[in-house]
Amino acid sequence: MEIFHSWSENMPGLGPLWLSVKLGLVTTGILILFGTPLAFWLSRTRSHAKTIVEAMVALPIVLPPTVLGFYLLILLGPSGAIGGYWLKLTGETLTFSFGGLILASILYSMPFVIQPLQNAFESVSRGFVEAAATLGARPLDVFFTVVVPLGARGFLTAAIMGFAHTLGEFGVVLMVGGNIPGQTRVISIAIYDHVEAMEYGQAHALAAMLLVFSFVCMFALYFINRRWRHDH
Amino acid sequence: MTIEAGHVAVSLSRPDFTLDVDIRVPSHGVTGIFGASGCGKTTLLRCIAGLEQGARGSVGFNGDLWQDGDHFVPPWQRPVGYVFQDARLFPHMTVARNLHYGRRRSRVTPELTSPQEIIAMLGIDHLLDRRPAQLSGGERQRASIARALLRYPSLVLMDEPLANLDAARKHEIMPFLDRLHASLKVPMLYVSHSLDEMTRLCDHLVVMQSGKVLGQGRLHDMLMRTDLPILGGGEASTVLDVRVLDYDAQYQLSRLQFAGGEIVVPGRHGDRDCPLRLRIMASDVSLCRERPQSSSILNIMPAVVESRQAEAGGHVLVQLRVGEMRILARVTLKSAEALELIPGQSLFAQIKSVAVKNSAEQVAVDEANNREMI
Repeated sequence: MEIFHSWSENMPGLGPLWLSVKLGLVTTGILILFGTPLAFWLSRTRSHAKTIVEAMVALPIVLPPTVLGFYLLILLGPSGAIGGYWLKLTGETLTFSFGGLILASILYSMPFVIQPLQNAFESVSRGFVEAAATLGARPLDVFFTVVVPLGARGFLTAAIMGFAHTLGEFGVVLMVGGNIPGQTRVISIAIYDHVEAMEYGQAHALAAMLLVFSFVCMFALYFINRRWRHDH
Repeated sequence: MTIEAGHVAVSLSRPDFTLDVDIRVPSHGVTGIFGASGCGKTTLLRCIAGLEQGARGSVGFNGDLWQDGDHFVPPWQRPVGYVFQDARLFPHMTVARNLHYGRRRSRVTPELTSPQEIIAMLGIDHLLDRRPAQLSGGERQRASIARALLRYPSLVLMDEPLANLDAARKHEIMPFLDRLHASLKVPMLYVSHSLDEMTRLCDHLVVMQSGKVLGQGRLHDMLMRTDLPILGGGEASTVLDVRVLDYDAQYQLSRLQFAGGEIVVPGRHGDRDCPLRLRIMASDVSLCRERPQSSSILNIMPAVVESRQAEAGGHVLVQLRVGEMRILARVTLKSAEALELIPGQSLFAQIKSVAVKNSAEQVAVDEANNREMI
């Protein structure tokens, strides 16, 4: 009883968790939607621009989040190119808002969605695409009836990686979003705050949640991948 | 001689390979595209199907231009049924859904064979619910042939459908191809590097070497040509189309009739009038000045020398006329000198053995061809 009492007392608000989940879902959804054509183009093109685009997509993997966050802060700020335009259009600033967080997360998680998709599309043999074409299927038809089903594992990997990675981001969020409860205070920021305030109990609870969740994501990914390999 | 359905004149340049061909596709029957590996047979089929965007030239079929100058009809709008060497059944669909894929994207012509007939002809009824991964190589290839036919194509393109199969699987598929040959109402191009498959299945032959066409024409005429070294070598032969006359049960021999003669082969090969195709290797035909009075050889027939041609290795290839047919004989240079072979000379040909190539009901194709010849 006492344990339960101390646990509930230390129980942090779950707002940051839901905010993180929302951010992850929206970001992943947008990335899959717009990343699919880009990844498909990368998988098929022989253009020289391919290498440049690939390098740009991969940048967030190597850049320190603070560098990405710094440039985004300038770009999305009220006097920045994108932020200024947004301010004129909506009367709201992009920095320190949920909208700004989504933009930042899209950039930050991009390689984790694009790369699995590109790999999946590359692994779909040209032979099947040709066979579908000789059977009367137009390119878009071929894409949805042959390439997407054969690359389904890539979509799953992309979704889980994009979602999990967005959930775990910290540096970029701190730079661009700050720490506004209900707006930009995502779970990783909340943990940082609790630690700063010496509220180790709350920090523990949130950190443990994130740890378990991340493990479940990765486990699901590898488990499904394994099942898939056995099926085909 | 035959009505032309298609004319393909394409060229394609790659760093290591150049294709430059001009072939005509007859409106009936199977046209074999024969040549060694890497001679451009597959590339030619891909150009016809529209899978090679770098191809230059023109492709016309049944009065439609599929390619000419800048005009290029994309592959999905060309009514071809393409059977790939590696089957290429979609692994995420059952056989039934694979068959359905091309069918529902094609204009269905009602007078053509029904899907049930095609499925039955290829013997894949029991496989419809399976995935490609659960099929044997032969079953997979049969399903892929059915998938191509269910597109109701105006032209069937087959790219070495037997090349990836072992001998037993080939034997399993050949009867289905014989049946297809007999019942197919549209022309087919059949790519292979096996002359054996060609003599069994084809009515016309295009011979290719290093991206070029060496010759094309009726299979019978092409096999008689002595100027195509690629057909010769150890394989010079004659193909005879015959009909069954009767069967002698006591000696288990079939009497067969060809234009201007009769020939006897062991075994029973269908009822009276059943059409058969025979292949006689030039090296199995020997020549005598007088009719041998006592010989173990059953098939001895009067022949007239038409021409002779020296071959490497001390051999002479002799073209003979037997009735209305021509057959080839290979004899040694020494025998040719001893017999004093000259054109116009009458003698007797002894045929040591005859291979019966098929027993399918190939009436449709052959009769269509014969009608056009008249």
